[in-house]
Amino acid sequence: MNIELTVNGISNQIDVNENTPLLWVVRDMLNLKGTKFGCGKAACGACTLHIDGEAVRSCSYPVKNAIGKEVTTIEGLSSEGQIHPVQQAWIEEIVPQCGYCQPGFMMTTAALLEKIPNPTDADIDANITNVCRCGTYYRMRKAIHRAALLKQQNT
Amino acid sequence: MSDSKNKKGWSRRKFLVRSAVGTGVVLGTAYLTRPVQKRSLAQIANTIEPPYQGFTNDPTIWFEILADNSVLLYSPKVEMGQGIFTSLAQMAADELEVDIKRIKVLHAPSASGNMDFFSTGGSTSISSLWVPLRELGATMRQMIMEETARIWNIPSDQLTVSDGIISDGSRTITYGEVVAQTTEWKIPKTPKLKDISKYKYIGQPIPRVDLEDKVMGAPIFGMDATMPDMVFGAVVRPDTIGATLDHIDLGGVADMPGVIQIVQEPDFVGVVATSRMEAELAKEAIKVTWKAERNWQLSDIQEMVRVGKGTAVTVQKKGSPKRILDNEDDVLQSEYTSPAGAHAQLEPNGALAFVEEDRATIYMSTQVVRLSREEIAQRLGLKSKQVNIIPTFLGGGFGRRLYTPNAIQAAVLSKAVGKPVKCFFNRKEEFQNDLFRPPTHHIMRGKLDKQGNILAIEHHLSSGDVTYGSPLLPKAITSFVGSDAGAWRGGMIQYHGIPNHRAISWHVKLPFATNYWRSLGLLANTFAIESFMDELAEKAGKDPVQFRLAHIQDDKAGKRLKAVIERAALEANYSNEVMKGRAMGFAASTDVNTPCAQVAEVSMENGMIKVEKVTCVMDPGISVNPDQIRAQCEGSIIMGLSASLYEQMTVVDGQLQPTIYGPYRMALMRDTPKEINVVLLQNDDKPGAVGEPPLGPVGAAIANAIYRLTGTRARDMPIAMV
Ligand code: FES
Ligand code: FES
Repeated sequence: MNIELTVNGISNQIDVNENTPLLWVVRDMLNLKGTKFGCGKAACGACTLHIDGEAVRSCSYPVKNAIGKEVTTIEGLSSEGQIHPVQQAWIEEIVPQCGYCQPGFMMTTAALLEKIPNPTDADIDANITNVCRCGTYYRMRKAIHRAALLKQQNT
Repeated sequence: MSDSKNKKGWSRRKFLVRSAVGTGVVLGTAYLTRPVQKRSLAQIANTIEPPYQGFTNDPTIWFEILADNSVLLYSPKVEMGQGIFTSLAQMAADELEVDIKRIKVLHAPSASGNMDFFSTGGSTSISSLWVPLRELGATMRQMIMEETARIWNIPSDQLTVSDGIISDGSRTITYGEVVAQTTEWKIPKTPKLKDISKYKYIGQPIPRVDLEDKVMGAPIFGMDATMPDMVFGAVVRPDTIGATLDHIDLGGVADMPGVIQIVQEPDFVGVVATSRMEAELAKEAIKVTWKAERNWQLSDIQEMVRVGKGTAVTVQKKGSPKRILDNEDDVLQSEYTSPAGAHAQLEPNGALAFVEEDRATIYMSTQVVRLSREEIAQRLGLKSKQVNIIPTFLGGGFGRRLYTPNAIQAAVLSKAVGKPVKCFFNRKEEFQNDLFRPPTHHIMRGKLDKQGNILAIEHHLSSGDVTYGSPLLPKAITSFVGSDAGAWRGGMIQYHGIPNHRAISWHVKLPFATNYWRSLGLLANTFAIESFMDELAEKAGKDPVQFRLAHIQDDKAGKRLKAVIERAALEANYSNEVMKGRAMGFAASTDVNTPCAQVAEVSMENGMIKVEKVTCVMDPGISVNPDQIRAQCEGSIIMGLSASLYEQMTVVDGQLQPTIYGPYRMALMRDTPKEINVVLLQNDDKPGAVGEPPLGPVGAAIANAIYRLTGTRARDMPIAMV
């Protein structure tokens, strides 16, 4: 069927089976490759993006549910000329190793900071449940605290 | 270095004593022709750092200099997270005399001619390229200087260079401008390398060169590759150990939405469709019955992997350990086990292949560019040169991509439909078709003398394949060494001060594939040996740190090992006391000549072990990029902690399980120590192995801490609950 899907502020007309996971629409039809496939079963978080500001695991989210909503992917996290504090913090802490899991973590973190602007370690432990095989969690924790700080300074 | 003229009349020098192309294996001819016993051969193999296996005599296949004076560095080694692209850029920038910001590191496609004939693995990318790459950079710089001298018609020694701009005092010209005017290059003698103290980038914690791409979500991975008119493939794979195809029912599949073609080959069945989802749904709809000879259970596997079963080779021996341990009283004996472990790298295996009549183009995440090229060429009936493997950034390697024959299937599907086909595993397939870390069983025996020093010690290891059966190593090598060099990695006794010691490797053939997993046998072997060292120290009534130090010899390796042990004890303020509900555990190992000591601090939370802090002291020799070495230590500690505490593949009714993250329990954010303190020592004058050595001590350090905290000795991984 034909649907209209707004991703990173741009509206797209696409012809797709409405039950297709949003992940594949974003990756293969809109060619936004920053959102990753890790498991396809909502178990790793590599595919995390935002739907109306909420972190969603897009591999397990049918595209039809996103109609009429704002989808944001890692490519749209920073606004023109202004890098998002989470990405800034990730750069300052030199977090990524292989990098494959990182967009999912950054999207999860960005959504978390909207809810809890200054998360404690316990908040981070409870809310950041994505998988990173390279074991970058140690730097990620530092980056999350730093992002919270940067974000408060910006506003 | 001597000069020799090649056919093109270039002066062609050797960059390396042994450029090694054609020998193509870790253990080169130098070792094979010597009539040595298998035991000493094994000892050699344990410390060998294989030289780079590729072309290092022509800078023009490594570097491309663009008109804007930027430099492309084509790397034959792949970037899988270990940070080598950054270190390679540092090494090149310092000798090329350009600002590192001007260097972009790219994966060299196999067709470029700059191909590693072996692999990216074994923690040797930087150590093996340390000399050749700097020499290539220096030579490239010299080539450009000499061309400039020709253009300006003045002697080259009147020229100076800074950041890619050459000057004779009155005028300047950029590398890019020189290159634009040069059609044929003369390769000069290798210039003398700079003194290490003169380097601007080497030794500095330069931020990763791929940082921005990875933070902004750039499409750099194999799974991100696209080509015009690309379609999607899926391949039916067995989910049962040892299963062969019994019956296949394709009824109705060809008419499913999006299906382009079903491809039946002698060894697999695949389907090509217009989207990933359609390909997956069509594959699921193919009704396959499998036939398996046996309904394997975990207990069957555990019974096979026992010391005493299979074949044994003594890989290390000094003195008469057997006589002492068989005959004396009061011999301490302990057994340890570790389970099969999955790689679980986040990016699944797969490839994008486009096969045309006379060539094939393959985008893929692989650690074995050459092997993949040869396999695909053979299957398609093409010449090697007609297959171009374009390596992409890897979404994790960890050894999982040291064998990537799945690319053959993408190529075969592409040939069948005449379009580019992208074909990737799903997660269940990834778990069930992994080449696992083999399960192990260890028996340690030890005997103390009257003073409480170790008189004799031995380590028996039983393991499935690691290097055995690997297509990467010719059979002749593995059978000549006589034992599985990967399985006993880290399995030898490093306490050479013990007068009688030996290590024996037992090999069993398992019904499912096991292979290279980051650090190979190191984690499990160190778990056994270093746990046992604590057990012996306790029996002797000695401090575990002093006890270790007392048994290390004063040769170079011994001194380096002692230094990391002493420093780790100091940094962590190591104590045998339980303080504020926390206890410490100590362990040390040496891997590929890099010694590493760690102290783990653990506590209990609701009956579960929590690792609060890890102190890690490692001596990798020269640290080209100390920040990325730290990152490798942090990552290794977390991966080793994960494997030691939580991870376990099991076998239920012939199926390898679990098949998804979560049930395959791995360390998450909440399990990560709040403190990881990494200290780097430098007691060698060259860069050594980094990516695997820090995985060694983790498991044993945690187990030793748990013992101190709870009084219970954890002897079976995973050890989360004791
Ligand atoms: S791919 Fe969506 S959670 Fe793993
Ligand atoms: S950085 Fe590699 S999986 Fe997270």
